[in-house]
Amino acid sequence: MRVKVKLFATLAKGRFGERGLELNASTTVLDVVNLVGVDSNDVALIFVNGRHSSFDYLLQEDDRLSLFPPIGGG
Amino acid sequence: MDKILRIKMQGSGDPVVSVENLGEYAGLGGRAMTSMVVAKEVPPDCHPLGAKNKLVIAPGMLSGTAAAMSGRISIGCKSPLTGTIKESNAGGQAAQVLARLGYAAIIIEGKGNGKDLYKIFINKDGVKVSVDNGLKMLGNYATVEKMKAEFGEKVAIISIGQAGEMKLPAASIACTDMEQRPTRHAGRGGVGAVMGAKGVKTIILDDAGLSNRKPVDEQKFREANREFVNGIRKHGVTGQALPAYGTNVLTNILNEAGGYPTHNFRTGFFEGGAKISGEEQARLMTERGGQPTHGCHRGCIIQCSGIYVDKNGNYISKQPEYETVWAHGGHCGIDDLDKIAVLDRMDDDIGLDTIDTGVAIGVAMDGGLLSFGDADGAINLLKEVEKGTPLGRLIGSGAEIIGKVLGVERVPVVKGQAIPAYDPRSVKGVAVTYATSTMGADHTAGYGVATNILKVGGFVDPLKGEGQVDLSRNLQIATAAIDATGMCLFIAFPILDQPETFNALVDIINAMYGLNLTGDDVAALGKKILSAERDFNKKAGFTKEHDRLPTFFKEESLPPHNTVFDVTDEDLDKVYNF
Ligand code: SF4
Repeated sequence: MRVKVKLFATLAKGRFGERGLELNASTTVLDVVNLVGVDSNDVALIFVNGRHSSFDYLLQEDDRLSLFPPIGGG
Repeated sequence: MDKILRIKMQGSGDPVVSVENLGEYAGLGGRAMTSMVVAKEVPPDCHPLGAKNKLVIAPGMLSGTAAAMSGRISIGCKSPLTGTIKESNAGGQAAQVLARLGYAAIIIEGKGNGKDLYKIFINKDGVKVSVDNGLKMLGNYATVEKMKAEFGEKVAIISIGQAGEMKLPAASIACTDMEQRPTRHAGRGGVGAVMGAKGVKTIILDDAGLSNRKPVDEQKFREANREFVNGIRKHGVTGQALPAYGTNVLTNILNEAGGYPTHNFRTGFFEGGAKISGEEQARLMTERGGQPTHGCHRGCIIQCSGIYVDKNGNYISKQPEYETVWAHGGHCGIDDLDKIAVLDRMDDDIGLDTIDTGVAIGVAMDGGLLSFGDADGAINLLKEVEKGTPLGRLIGSGAEIIGKVLGVERVPVVKGQAIPAYDPRSVKGVAVTYATSTMGADHTAGYGVATNILKVGGFVDPLKGEGQVDLSRNLQIATAAIDATGMCLFIAFPILDQPETFNALVDIINAMYGLNLTGDDVAALGKKILSAERDFNKKAGFTKEHDRLPTFFKEESLPPHNTVFDVTDEDLDKVYNF
């Protein structure tokens, strides 16, 4: 299945901002985090299709996965 | 900080200056001071531009000390924009300098004579109020240049631009930063118009020969401050994200979360978001030799601000904040950071709140005055404000007024104040704050975004109604207390997540004043402030029916999540059950 992965702020440094990945079925968010070489401790916020999600979520065809380090402002 | 400076402006005759003891205002600072003075001394039914309104300028309880992050100033009055009580908060150097001068508040009373413009100079030897009509209709930048020439490179300067002189409801009050630029504004609620109505153009604060305020228990103070600084440094938001990217780091995440109000609140996702994001801004500033990490006052260790330069490396403005980038950017369909920085600079110079002004321009776009995405058109509208043309004055009056003039139905305001950069339908915790805050729509009054989107202080699902009222209530109470301390509100990120950092803050206050406050006492202070503000608003004619969002938020669903605002009116009315 195809999944779009987006990395933001410090997570994108030295990696990429956005990339389409071809994945096996039953791939979790954590699998993708490992696959793209991000330390899971650095991931504070996980969105799938614009909704908060978690490391154990099983990705689906055409999902958009967005990963953020701790961020804030206001 | 053991005295209060009162300056009475008079229709005829010279202003009268008096210095008083603190009396019943002893121990108050920041928002606690401004709101208590306004609640006690300003008749709630007065006209905000009239002689009975007062402008109260107060450093926080910890301002002027060696405590990190303590340089925020509160400016209060009855608001010409909302008709409610108002506390508008700014960074810059003014709070530290005013506190070192020993003043817990400056209270400006009465009314200008309508023809003369005054400047107020304060140093260790006293206060001098004088006419300076050469400042008439100057922008903040030109005003500051003149004051620097007259008073030197070390003073902190508070001023209004043309918007304040014209008494426009979106007029701000500027405070100079470490570089003596007028970039830090008490933006919201038209406080600049009240200063203009008093006939005061600028206040110059000189702390030469004075040093930091001394704590009662110096050793304890130093230890608590060290712990506090550690807590700020180790939290991911205040230790890394804010210094590296500034507040505009929020553009991408709000956009991803479908909570970024676009084209006057039509959708929650802006195609051009990445082009105006904090990441892009930081990249550009590094490339151009600007400064992506910079503090707005001495003693700030987070340094969320920055210096924005053009492609030739020339200064344009401070790094525009997230809400500014949104109001002039996605809200208006503009995806050009350089143009947004120019708009930010113009707002600062003319003395306009970037949120109310940007939202007004987006509403004008919706009303057909110009097209969405027309950045040059937006710049031209600000030039109209600067010149004081009738159209410019309408823009400087905020979204509600320009919306009426142009027959626009979709006007995102609460109590006349523009809703900022988080859509109520997909960030429902902050929406409860917009509806119920004593200030009109104000994200800073109870930043539900932290818990809804950023997972700071726990997590409450932003798309659901459940839990939002409790969240907003707790944040509004905590925020009112923080606003009294003079601390930058961004310390909320570590203190919400790290109990030891919160305790360190309480210890700093205790060591400073020789007190034994607990966390509960801090909450009690927040409640006391909110209750006084709410009581003022009630007497000014506000009822629970004013604690509502515009109905389109309940009726039109917001893509991409297709949610509406569905916290019931009955639940909104429970926010102040404490
Ligand atoms: S964190 Fe930002 S807003 Fe707060 S004091 Fe520092 S520079 Fe100013």
